[in-house]
Amino acid sequence: MRCLLILELENGKPSRSSLATVTASKKLAEDIDILILDTEVNDDVLNSIDAENVYHFSASPKNLLAEEIVKILETLSIKYDFILSPSGTFSKNFMPRLAANLDKQMISDVTNIHDKNTFDRPIYAGNAIATIRSDEKIKLITIRSTAFEPYSNENSNKNAKLISLNLPEEAKFNKFVSKEESKSERPELSSARIVVSGGRGIGSTENFKIVESLADKLGAAVGASRAAVDAGYISNDYQVGQTGKVVAPELYIAIGISGAIQHLAGMKDSKVIVAINKDEDAPIFQVADYGLVGDLFSTIPEITKLI
Amino acid sequence: MKALVAVKRVIDYNVKVRVKTDESGVEKDNVKMSINPFDEIAIEEAVRLKEKNILDEVVVVSIGDNSVKETIRSALAIGGDRGIHVMANIDLEPLGVAKILAEFCKREQVDVAFLGKQAIDDDFNQTGQKLAALLNWPQATFASRVIIKEKKALVTREVDGGLETLEANLPVVITSDLRLNEPRYASLPNIMKAKKKEILEVSADELNIDYKPRLKIVKVSSPKERGGNVTMLPDVEELIKTLREKEGLI
Repeated sequence: MRCLLILELENGKPSRSSLATVTASKKLAEDIDILILDTEVNDDVLNSIDAENVYHFSASPKNLLAEEIVKILETLSIKYDFILSPSGTFSKNFMPRLAANLDKQMISDVTNIHDKNTFDRPIYAGNAIATIRSDEKIKLITIRSTAFEPYSNENSNKNAKLISLNLPEEAKFNKFVSKEESKSERPELSSARIVVSGGRGIGSTENFKIVESLADKLGAAVGASRAAVDAGYISNDYQVGQTGKVVAPELYIAIGISGAIQHLAGMKDSKVIVAINKDEDAPIFQVADYGLVGDLFSTIPEITKLI
Repeated sequence: MKALVAVKRVIDYNVKVRVKTDESGVEKDNVKMSINPFDEIAIEEAVRLKEKNILDEVVVVSIGDNSVKETIRSALAIGGDRGIHVMANIDLEPLGVAKILAEFCKREQVDVAFLGKQAIDDDFNQTGQKLAALLNWPQATFASRVIIKEKKALVTREVDGGLETLEANLPVVITSDLRLNEPRYASLPNIMKAKKKEILEVSADELNIDYKPRLKIVKVSSPKERGGNVTMLPDVEELIKTLREKEGLI
């Protein structure tokens, strides 16, 4: 069985979610090839993943569009039994387009691999788990990275073969205009080790600073419930939940969040959940590991001061 | 210019979804159904473009049994002009849906296809991208802002770590993200008017398209429940001590 894995880099190194995808790929195939949509391939990349062949570009690509990525992958894909990529907005953009061109039904957000044909994936924002079987000749799969440990093998194959590809032809009907990176010193919400989230109980945009100060002290990402977003306290990029981001940090601190189903769907896979709420009957305490009943306007600044 | 908007009937997002005891699926009997929230944003965006005289006509398409007519009506109440109901009695997957939608994009010769970025039941997030592939049209997914002028669509997309803007030639497939707009509540007069709008019924089987599902659902189970074991802590000191010494997290 052969697998092609589309690896994403972060500061020149494979991202955590890419390494989790490598772990998943080892359960499916013996031969793993890597495609890096970049020109620089450093030893860190080659040495960490046990790959046979590593495809990369001969020149540095600028802001590749889904249409262009699919052009490269269409011809490469035919040799493989599996095409894997970490689940995220990047792969969710091009993988389905590739799947349709290959006339395949893709499998999004796999959280568990039973065998080479049978997979688990969350549906209804994680309120149910579907176990599905695919007999497609080429299986296109995105991996929910929080469900797999990052791959590491000290004795990995350090002699991967490098194969250089030409940049794809520019798409004629679509073009990149600009990119605005979120200006935040804080870690990315979906990959942060600690997330501090605020809900409707925070009460105002001004008050959200209480949440942000604690997050900054802990080196954490800031999150919010849909209720806080709908109330206009914070923008939608911060939303954790069914219609927002799904997170699974080591520590999730929920402040003034009641625990609506929609929010729980986005954070219940966190390793340790701490809930702070003035209402001792709030449903959030039913999923929390540790709870503190109290007024957030006094407790949160106190925590920030003491840690 | 003409737009096609695809809408899906799903369990309402406020309903707590329950898995059937025989693990064959989720309970849908006597459960409130609604238009998929992302599709509601898609229809709202198309209607706004019509109100600005950028679009001339907004055609709403849905696939399913007779109950999806209600979903089409709710999109028509927001401001769609007419509906197409593709009758099918099985649950379709994104590939099958995209094939059927591609057929109607061609028949209707639309300039823009608007879809929600994902359905909140199967959570696939694939149909728009697949539709664009099958038509060989450009795609602009996860849109938070759409400007259409001079046969081009300037679309800002929500991507991990920020926003990206693309300029695509028409015809184009656009999928909506949550921030694109806030859908209106349909007024009573508009709900009444929607009842008189035309809905064309077409049988999926007569389209000569292979829309059969490719994936087999082995079972649908409940996720591992967590919790029930909360340790209530008396004060901030105790909380910090627990996270630091017992859990080693901070």
